[in-house]
Amino acid sequence: MGSSWQARLTKVTSNKELTSFLILAALLLVVFPLSMGIFRLNLVGKYLTYAFVAMGLVISWGYGGILSLGQGVFFGLGGYCMAMFLKLEASDPVATAIQSTPGIPDFMDWNQLTALPFFWVPFKSLALSLIAVPLVPALLALLVGVAMFKRRVGGVYFAIITQAIAAILSILIIGQQGYTGGVNGITDLKTMHGWDIRTDSAKYVLYFVNAFLLLGAALVTTGMLKSKLGRLLVAMRDKEDRVRFSGYDVANLKTFAFVFAAVLSALGGAMFTLQVGFMSPSFVGIVPSIEMVICAAVGGRDSVLGAVYGTLIVNFGKTFFSERFPELWLFLIGALFIAVVLVFPNGLAGLNREGIRKSWSGARKRILGLRDRWRRSSSSDAMPPAVKQDVKEAMR
Amino acid sequence: MSAAADVVNDFVLSVEGLTVSFDGFKAVDDLSFYIERDEVRAIIGPNGAGKTTVLDLISGRTRASRGSVTFSGKELTSMREHEIVRAGVGRKFQTPSVFESLTVFENLEMSYPSGRGALTAWAFRRTPKVIAKVEEIAELIDMKDRLSEEAGQLSHGQKQWLEIGMLLIQEPMLMMLDEPVAGMSVGERERTALLLKRISKGRALLVVEHDMEFVAQIANRVTVLHQGKWLAEGRMETVQQDPKVIEVYLGH
Amino acid sequence: MTSMSDLFSILIMQGFNGLSSFCVLLLMALGLAIIFGQMGVINMAHGEFLTIGAYTTFVLSEVSQRWAHWMQGSYFIVAVAVSFVIAAAVGLLVEHLMIRHLYRRPLDTLLATWGLSLIMQQIFRSTFGAKEVSATLPDWLMGSVQPTPTIDIPINGLLMMGLTLLMTMIVFIGLFKTRWGVWVRATTQNRIMAGAAGINTRKIDRYAFGLGCGLAGMAGAAFTTIGSTGPTSGSMYIVDTFLVVVFGGAQSLIGCIASAFSIAQAQSTAEFFLTGSTAKVLTLLTVIVILMLRPQGLFSIRVRR
Repeated sequence: MGSSWQARLTKVTSNKELTSFLILAALLLVVFPLSMGIFRLNLVGKYLTYAFVAMGLVISWGYGGILSLGQGVFFGLGGYCMAMFLKLEASDPVATAIQSTPGIPDFMDWNQLTALPFFWVPFKSLALSLIAVPLVPALLALLVGVAMFKRRVGGVYFAIITQAIAAILSILIIGQQGYTGGVNGITDLKTMHGWDIRTDSAKYVLYFVNAFLLLGAALVTTGMLKSKLGRLLVAMRDKEDRVRFSGYDVANLKTFAFVFAAVLSALGGAMFTLQVGFMSPSFVGIVPSIEMVICAAVGGRDSVLGAVYGTLIVNFGKTFFSERFPELWLFLIGALFIAVVLVFPNGLAGLNREGIRKSWSGARKRILGLRDRWRRSSSSDAMPPAVKQDVKEAMR
Repeated sequence: MSAAADVVNDFVLSVEGLTVSFDGFKAVDDLSFYIERDEVRAIIGPNGAGKTTVLDLISGRTRASRGSVTFSGKELTSMREHEIVRAGVGRKFQTPSVFESLTVFENLEMSYPSGRGALTAWAFRRTPKVIAKVEEIAELIDMKDRLSEEAGQLSHGQKQWLEIGMLLIQEPMLMMLDEPVAGMSVGERERTALLLKRISKGRALLVVEHDMEFVAQIANRVTVLHQGKWLAEGRMETVQQDPKVIEVYLGH
Repeated sequence: MTSMSDLFSILIMQGFNGLSSFCVLLLMALGLAIIFGQMGVINMAHGEFLTIGAYTTFVLSEVSQRWAHWMQGSYFIVAVAVSFVIAAAVGLLVEHLMIRHLYRRPLDTLLATWGLSLIMQQIFRSTFGAKEVSATLPDWLMGSVQPTPTIDIPINGLLMMGLTLLMTMIVFIGLFKTRWGVWVRATTQNRIMAGAAGINTRKIDRYAFGLGCGLAGMAGAAFTTIGSTGPTSGSMYIVDTFLVVVFGGAQSLIGCIASAFSIAQAQSTAEFFLTGSTAKVLTLLTVIVILMLRPQGLFSIRVRR
């Protein structure tokens, strides 16, 4: 019995892919829990929630070719849905007896609200909240996707618009203190359906739930990429017109990739809220969104597992450097953006795939190429390489 | 002409009064022509005559300013590109447009007319029926032994054939080919001519080409365009002797 | 009880209130329109060039305060010019080192320039400290003129207006009336032919980028009259600037001006009636909706698809 499921699995994935997956699984499920205390493990769990977003970006950006600089929106929406449920549970009339209006969250009371706003009411139910976590972001992504892709708004314009959307949501949340908890977010979360999420044992459980969800998401995502849909996404990224003229509605496909990424991000957000115990608008805006992009880029924008590694590395680096050398950290991450674009476009996964030596020689070539172009550019007689390229293309 | 009349006359494609202008420049001007079943129609004309634009208009890539394009009773000018493809119109581009990083098999499979939505594509299974169809088409375009080769590794001519294969697997009623033999050797042109003659049974072919010998080999009728307007039409011999056509070609 | 004429005065003053920030926005947008509209390059560090100009003005202000007291009245005009020069110089350097490798890859340019902006912000922080600083404005810039008893127009607003008008005219004349301008427009419209015609497109790109950054530096000098300068001052303007450029049609300079005007006015009028954040959200939303309906911007001509 054991050999048959392995055989089936190997038919779908290659041996190398299976090994990579098992290594990651071992790392998350065995190595980390055994080698870290609960405090650090909880931190890793936090990073793993960002990995959901990075994984989504692998689909929408790496495979679909659409760069969204506003994934924090979906992470935040998922997180807020979960936070709203947990906050309501923590704000039962007994616990909030000292408020002017007991039974509503404390920040509402501070803002002189006297009743629960209508859109909070569904979150009294665990079932509805769990449904809302993926559904609300998916609906927003669907709306944005249909509006943008049917009109062929893509590339850079789309990226800027997603930034604007992230800015809007973040401003809205901060501005509507009474309804959303404002800039501090929703805090003081205690129990989920009676179960105390603040205890160490709860954090262990949540870590494992998170890790399993992430690994499961990786499996589902990889499965999707191996289907015709995955090949379609790659084809669409490289030759959109040909895909269209083979009878496919490209707008639909792009919207699907975008919604898929949104749902993954939302899952991450919800797990974040559970593990860390709060959600705030500082995860929604432009800056956190672009950090998630760099995680995907470092891991290799077209590698599902790379997304996880990339997120772990960037976040470990961030914690390490901002504690000890805070000034250095911003330099480093800025340089990382530039390096990933100019020298290592395929990230860690590229290194892994081509082997370190080959990747290094590739990178060396690129760096030397850069240096040669610096030198050549001083002489203006030489035909600029970009023009050469244009002429070549025109003559093809 | 109504759709009923189309059925009576068996026109696969009716183009009437087709016009498109870009900022005042009329790329295609009041063009009309009709293509029948089993016909191979060539569109020729000097450079800039608007030939590729006509294909763009029919396939939905460019929106017409005026006029109508009727295909098997459907009005194409109001449909989107993928809808036109699904209705049965296939288009091959001037420069070979295949999916370079996929294999020949996957390229053909990609064009297989099922699993065309996002979710249905995810659920699409490579059934024996699909495999048989892909192999059948591969046989037709003489690529059966190259099924697992990466498309990017094919020669220019082979990519053209692959693209034709990708159209064929959709079973279109109308196939539009833009310069199918550009860049091909003499031998490849011969094979392409045979291929096109074979596949024109039961459907209509619309070919834009510069190579007059090739056109003479495969086309039943020829439509000549000049500066976006209809200039002449008929069998190749007739058209070649038309003084208007001679002037237009030699005058350049 | 506010009468009609009082209301009118309030509206006028409200209009002029937004004037200085409109000027900053316009200068930024002009610079970005040149870089993005003409070259297709997304410079997410554009805001940091504003900050360069602002800090330059601050430095000159300090110099005039501490040593060159004779400069106290006149330094500001000098600062405007110097801000342009320094920002343009840095822009030329950046283009040479980084931008020109990324011309065909707009999304990658976006990410790389974001990284650059982080680095620049950190440089500012390390050099000038994280706290905000202010340039001491010369006396003649303070105060206002009063054309009528009820209307108060700040002088620095007028100066900004004049400066912006001047730069706008210079850019227009430069682009449409000089040989250099012809080169730039030729490169934008048909790079290959321009190269074949002997135009050094690389040089054009570099100088266009430098010019765009210089304009942002100028915006920075103007910015010191409305607020204090910190390492992240420029990043406040970046999304707005992009929206202005895209809204007006990236390739249309007139569209740029009209769009900057509408967006700045819409925001300051909206701020009058709503809270600051809601006004911003409303403006952003409107722009997004309009962009969705007309992706090529409001003022661009129809291009062959």
